Amino acid sequence: MDLAYGPQYEAFRAEVRDFIAKHKDKAPKRFGVSRPSEESLAWQRLLLEHGLTARTVPKEYGGYGAEPDILKSRIIAEEFTKASLPMGLASQGISMLVPTLLELGTEEQKKKWIEPTLRGDVIWCQGYSEPGSGSDLASLQTKATEDGDDFVINGQKIWTSTAHAADMIFCLVRTEPDKPKHEGISYLIFSMKTPGIEVRPLKTMTGHAEFNEVFFTDVRVPQKDIVAGRGQGWFVANATLKHERGMLGDPNQAGTRLKEIVDLMHEETVGGQRLIDNPLYRDRLVQLQSRVLAMQFHGLRLLTASTKKEDPGIARLIVKLQGCEINHQLAALAIDALGELGVLYEDSPHLRARGSWQHRYMFDLGLIIGGGTAQIQKNIISERGLGMPREPKLVKA
Amino acid sequence: MEFGLSEDQKLLQESVGRTLERVSPLDRVRKAAETREDYAADVWAALRDLGVPGMMVPEDFGGMGMKLLDAVLVAEMLGRHVAPVPFVGTAVMAPIALTGAGSAAQQEAWLPKLASGEAIAGVAVSERAAGARDGAGVTAAAGKLNGSALFALDAAGADILIVADKAGGLHLVKGDAKGLTKVALTSIDLTRGLTELQFDNVEAEALASGDAAATLGRMIDAGRVMLAADTLGAGWAMIDKAVAYAAERKQFGRVIGSFQAVKHMCAEMASELEPCRSLIWYAGHAFDEVPAEASLMAAHAKSLTAEVGRFVARTATEVHGGMGFTDLVGLHYWFKRIGLDRQLLGSPERVRGEAAKMQGWAAD
Repeated sequence: MDLAYGPQYEAFRAEVRDFIAKHKDKAPKRFGVSRPSEESLAWQRLLLEHGLTARTVPKEYGGYGAEPDILKSRIIAEEFTKASLPMGLASQGISMLVPTLLELGTEEQKKKWIEPTLRGDVIWCQGYSEPGSGSDLASLQTKATEDGDDFVINGQKIWTSTAHAADMIFCLVRTEPDKPKHEGISYLIFSMKTPGIEVRPLKTMTGHAEFNEVFFTDVRVPQKDIVAGRGQGWFVANATLKHERGMLGDPNQAGTRLKEIVDLMHEETVGGQRLIDNPLYRDRLVQLQSRVLAMQFHGLRLLTASTKKEDPGIARLIVKLQGCEINHQLAALAIDALGELGVLYEDSPHLRARGSWQHRYMFDLGLIIGGGTAQIQKNIISERGLGMPREPKLVKA
Repeated sequence: MEFGLSEDQKLLQESVGRTLERVSPLDRVRKAAETREDYAADVWAALRDLGVPGMMVPEDFGGMGMKLLDAVLVAEMLGRHVAPVPFVGTAVMAPIALTGAGSAAQQEAWLPKLASGEAIAGVAVSERAAGARDGAGVTAAAGKLNGSALFALDAAGADILIVADKAGGLHLVKGDAKGLTKVALTSIDLTRGLTELQFDNVEAEALASGDAAATLGRMIDAGRVMLAADTLGAGWAMIDKAVAYAAERKQFGRVIGSFQAVKHMCAEMASELEPCRSLIWYAGHAFDEVPAEASLMAAHAKSLTAEVGRFVARTATEVHGGMGFTDLVGLHYWFKRIGLDRQLLGSPERVRGEAAKMQGWAAD
C-alpha cells in the first residue's frame, strides 16, 4: 500500500495545475446535451492541444499520442474536479465510437472520423436499443437488406440521446436474419441526414426530452460503412458497451454530490435549526459517506489492478450497480432533508439548487435502468463473478 | 501509487488461511463452542507457530513489528474460519496499549510473552468504546481499582488485563490478582469469550508512560478495524457457502442457483460486501500512515461492515432455506460471529455518531 504518486507524477500534476491556473477562465459553464457552443468547442480544442483529453489517441488521428498511463488520466480528472472545471466533451462519439474505431475500424474510417469527432465538429448518436429489444439487445429487429452496393434500413431505435442534434449515428442492424441472433447483427455508421430518418423527442419523467426515438424508412447506406465486417456487430457492440459501463457509477461524482449535501445541510434551516443538527438526517449522511468512501477506495483498488494488469474479478463487476445506487440515494437524502422545499421544481419560487435534486433523483433512476439494468448487472455478478448457472433456456413448444 | 496488498501480505494471508483450514474445521469450532473452552489451545498453538500473537509487537521485544493492515488480513481469516481463539485483545489492542503507554519495565515484562503467545492479555475498554451499561465503570485511586468492566475481550484464561478506567486512564492488572472476579458472559457467539471483570480493591499498575488517552483511542480504532475485518471474512465465507449450496440443492427439477431470485440475493451480498474490503484496507493503511484520518476511517469501516454483515448473514441463511436454520450445517456460527462483531466496541449508530462529531457535524 503506497498512496503517494511519486515525483514523476507530481511533476505532471504541477503541469496540469499550471494549465488550469492559466486557462480556467476560458472554460464553458456547462456542456449541454445538444450541439456544443463555440465556447465549448474552443475549450475542447485547447484540452486536445495540451493532451488533457483524448490523451492516448494517436497523433495521426487528431489525438495527443501519449502512452496509455492511467495514473496521469486520474491526476487530470482529480485536478479538474478539484477546480470544478469541465473535462471536455463527453459525447458518445468520443467515449464510445472513437475507442471502437481505434480497436476495430479500417484505416480509412479512422482517418475520416476520429479527428472531427474529437474536435466536436461531428456529433454522434448511438442506435442500439429498440422498443422490443432492451435487456435482450441481441434480439434487435431493425433490418438492413442488401440492395446493390447498399443496405436498405427499416426499423426503429429508442433511447437515442442527442439524435436530434447528431450528424452521424453508429447503429446496430440485422443483416443476416437467418443466422442465430448474436451472429446476424452488423455495426453501421451513417449520416443522420440520410433520407428516410425521422427523429422524435422522447420526453421522460423529468419533464425534459433527454432521449429520442429514431425511425428508419428505406434508409439507404453504402455497404462499405460497416465496422468490422458483416455479422460482427454483436462483438463490436460489446467492445463499445465496455467503454460505456466504465463511465457509469463514477465514485468521484458521488464524492462531489456528498460535499454538496454537507453544505446544504449546514446552510438550510428548518424552524431555526440547521439540517445538520437533525440527528436522523445526520445519521443518513454518515451512512452514505461510508458508502461513498468505500467506493472511492474501491476505485483506487481497481486502478491499481489495471496498472498491474491484474484481473480484479468480482470487484469490477459491482461498480455500476453500487455507484448508480449510491448516487440515487444521495439525491433522495437531499430531497428528504429539504422537506417540503424538496418537491419544488422548474422555476418555482423558493426553489433550491435549480431543482437539481429532484431532477437527479429521477434521472438517476434512469441510469439504474439504462446501460444494463440493475437486474442484468446482478445476473452478470452472479454468473461471471460467482460462477452461478445461467437461466435455463425455455424449450420451444 | 499502489492501492493493494504486497506479495508478502498475500503470502501471510494465505498461510494463516491454510493453517486455519487444517486446524480449525467446523468440527473443531463446534467442540470449542459446545464444551465452552476458554479458547481452543491447539488452534492457538498453530497460530503461535506462525507468529500471529506477536505480529503487532515490536521486533525489539521478539515480535514481528507488523502494521495494522497486516493484522487486518489475519482478522479476515479468523472470521472466515470462525476461529475459537483470542486475537483482537491480546494480539492487537494490548500490544498497542503497552507500546503506547507502558513503561520500559512493563514493556520488557510483558511484550515478549505476548509476542510468543505464552501469555494472553485481556482488554476491558467497553465502557469507553460503547458506553457504560448496568452501572459498569472502573475507578482508580492509589494503585487500586474498584468497580466493574463489562464485555472484556480475550479475558477468559488471560494472564494480564489491560483496563480502562472512567477517566480514560489505562491500567495493567494480573489475571490472578486478589480481589478480581471474572464472570463469564454467555453471548450468541460461542467461538469467542466475553467476560465481566469485578474489581474489589485490586492492585493495578498504571500505564502512564505515554499519552494514555491517545493510546486508548488508538486501541479502540484498531479494535474496530479488526472487528470489521472479522465480519468481512465471516461474510465472504457465508456467501461462498450460499453459492455452493445453491449449486447443489435442487427444487422444481433444477438447482436453485439457476433461479434469478436466488442469484440476485447472492449478487447483492457480494456487491455490498466487496467495497467494505476496500474501505477496511484503507482504514488499516490510515491507522499506520495517516493518523489524522485513522479514527474516522475506523468508524466508517466498523459501521458500514456491521450493516452489510447483518444483511449478508441473514441473506446467506435464507439462501440455505430450512437447512440454514438448523445446527446441522453450522451456518449459525458465522451468523453469530457477525452478530457479535456488530455490537462490540460500538454499534453502528453509536460509531456513526462519533464520526459526525469528528467532522464537526455534531456537538460533543
